[in-house]
Amino acid sequence: MSTVEILSKQEYKYGFVTDIESDVIPRGLTEDTIRLIAAKKNEPDWMLEFRLKAYRHWLTMTEPTHWPNISYPKIDYQDVIYYSAPKQKAVKASLDEVDPELLKTFEKLGIPLTEQKQLAGVAVDAIFDSVSVATTYKEKLKKHGVIFCSFTEAIKDYPDLIKKYLGSVVPTNDNFFAALNSAVFSDGSFCFIPKGVRCPMELSTYFRINNSESGQFERTLIVAEEGAYVSYLEGCTAPKFDKNQLHAAVVELVALDDAQIKYSTVQNWYAGDENGVGGIYNFVTKRGKCAGKNSKISWTQVETGSAITWKYPSCILQGDNSIGEFYSVALTNHAQQADTGTKMIHLGKNTRSTIISKGIAAGKSNNSYRGLVKVMPKAENARNYTQCDSMLIGSNCGANTFPYIEVMNNSSNVEHEASTSKISEEQLFYLQQRGISQEDAVSLIINGFCKDVFLQLPMEFAVEATRLLGMKLEGSVG
Amino acid sequence: MLEIKNLHAGIDGNEILKGINLTIKKGEIHAIMGPNGSGKSTLAKVLAGHPSYEVTKGEVLFEGKNLLELAPDERAREGIFMAFQYPIEVPGVSNAQFLRLAYNEKRKHLGEEELDPLEFKDLLKERAKVVEMDASFMSRSVNEGFSGGEKKRNEILQMAVLEPKLAVLDETDSGLDIDALRIVAGGVNQLHNPENAVILVTHYQRLLDYIVPQFVHVLANGRIAKEGGKELALELEEKGYDWLKTAADTGTLGVQAS
Ligand SMILES: Nc1ncnc2c1ncn2[C@@H]1O[C@H](COP(=O)(O)OP(=O)(O)OP(=O)(O)O)[C@@H](O)[C@H]1O
Ligand SMILES: [Mg+2]
Repeated sequence: MSTVEILSKQEYKYGFVTDIESDVIPRGLTEDTIRLIAAKKNEPDWMLEFRLKAYRHWLTMTEPTHWPNISYPKIDYQDVIYYSAPKQKAVKASLDEVDPELLKTFEKLGIPLTEQKQLAGVAVDAIFDSVSVATTYKEKLKKHGVIFCSFTEAIKDYPDLIKKYLGSVVPTNDNFFAALNSAVFSDGSFCFIPKGVRCPMELSTYFRINNSESGQFERTLIVAEEGAYVSYLEGCTAPKFDKNQLHAAVVELVALDDAQIKYSTVQNWYAGDENGVGGIYNFVTKRGKCAGKNSKISWTQVETGSAITWKYPSCILQGDNSIGEFYSVALTNHAQQADTGTKMIHLGKNTRSTIISKGIAAGKSNNSYRGLVKVMPKAENARNYTQCDSMLIGSNCGANTFPYIEVMNNSSNVEHEASTSKISEEQLFYLQQRGISQEDAVSLIINGFCKDVFLQLPMEFAVEATRLLGMKLEGSVG
Repeated sequence: MLEIKNLHAGIDGNEILKGINLTIKKGEIHAIMGPNGSGKSTLAKVLAGHPSYEVTKGEVLFEGKNLLELAPDERAREGIFMAFQYPIEVPGVSNAQFLRLAYNEKRKHLGEEELDPLEFKDLLKERAKVVEMDASFMSRSVNEGFSGGEKKRNEILQMAVLEPKLAVLDETDSGLDIDALRIVAGGVNQLHNPENAVILVTHYQRLLDYIVPQFVHVLANGRIAKEGGKELALELEEKGYDWLKTAADTGTLGVQAS
């Protein structure tokens, strides 16, 4: 494509830093660091034990630097700050008592938290560096039996639920980053939808990294009991720093019989500049267990940020007739690298999974889909459909597909389709001939390419995602 | 409205148009005919600003403006429309969404208020009547899975929405069945008025039975080999192009290539 050239100048509009006094612990990671975090959070002993066990595992593990299609300078884990919390009054009687500086920050991000301004229809848990600063609509949700609170509160108020489900989907020794997270995680969100309840509003967590030296290690646990339904949204941004920040999260979902969890992410961490300086290292373990029969878990992700994305939201389809879905748009520009995909593990009978992945690479970025479909011996009549499309913008970027298929049951059916395309000059010319500018034409074509995924997003998120893709690609064709 | 002077253009160093002169006034309909490969589509695309073609010599003025220095989308917003010989598919983008974007770009350019999806829906319903196009096509992806004839009809729907000053229709008739040809031609006639102009690129007289041109130009080997009134088309139908081809190459027809 002769006219294609990468020269994006789009400013990252969430790049500001909040000036706020923080309680920061010294750099580095030892057992003492973990004890200090647990102490700061007044955690019970069983929680500290969980952390230490994870930490001891972690020490024996090696960072997975070989198999992912990403490269980055060695991370010095002793140079990271593992806990940073804005100083504020310990107990907040109401949301209006939250530090105004924090409220302002979230308002600027489009997430108003105060009673008067709260988003209608969406309950938000706002996480700033290592801690949750506010959760909206908590009381209203409680009336329906829905628990939605910070992880810190959950450990205090619902220890039995946490003990039962924490680590039940992603064990502490699952992988290097999950083990690290299990050792040092500082906060996150807990959602519990009791039997038979359809959660009356969307639940969401907004993650904000503010401190340039600290990592963010948060934990999300969502449990939907028999017949329950919840739609959960996750958003994230960070300021622009020349240094890289580490983000290593763990998300666990549990769906019991006939339950449904819909998990949507729009990830817009700071991606670094054109030359790849700065940006978030995003190493995330997300996994859902369809524990009960007829349960369903859907992951929808729109990944546009981070310098490095390493992320495979997966489903363990244990219950008979359970369904797993993964819809993904991953866009990389400039020097971004993404290695993302999913794992669908079919254990139960008649389990079904769908994977729709759309990778878009521009600039000199590298975008890989990596997916595993595994059908275990007892998964009679398991079905998988995978469609994996890549689109390249310009000729300096790369797109790869690494599908792994392991089938141990003959009655199953696994289908895989893949395509790679470029935005063709003819398509652009056609749209331009109708008076549409080149940039709008690119964004129209890209949004068309991603349509199957955007259709899965809640309405407001879809609008945001569309806008975001256009913004991220502005100037990338010219 | 349009003045083409000694236009030379080509691709990768190969000259395809070898000195085209053509003047079009508002209210006129011109037909451009000529053998396969003679440069008809190239001329249309050069007018529309296709980036692959390089203009090596000559001038094109549209309403007094130098067309050649405008980007394709600017030309379109100035009022130039090209119906493609091979319309392009845009997966995942609905016809209605695409048309609204294009239409609003034009409105913006004219300093008018943009239409929201509901307002536009009404307008689209109205315009679709011009080519008798079913509403089901509006929610489908642009040209995706359309039959050859449907794609052509969709081009004229776009013309009906955008109301260009100059429409260049590149073989819009080919691929249309007899009824569709009548409908599409009728649509073009409806859209034609004393303020705009149409260039019809075609191989067949039957289109010209419906849309009657004042002028017919015959392109051969990148030059206009012969010009005349609507009767020239009939003559071509009878005699074919061979006599013109040789004449064009030896320059014996009196139409000067420079
Ligand atoms: N992109 C291109 N690359 C190479 N050659 C081209 C290109 N476009 C046009 N040509 C050549 O230029 C010449 C004119 O092509 P053009 O499409 O303009 O012809 P036409 O008169 O429209 O023919 P038809 O009646 O078959 O549609 C042909 O020889 C064609 O092969
Ligand atoms: Mg042609």
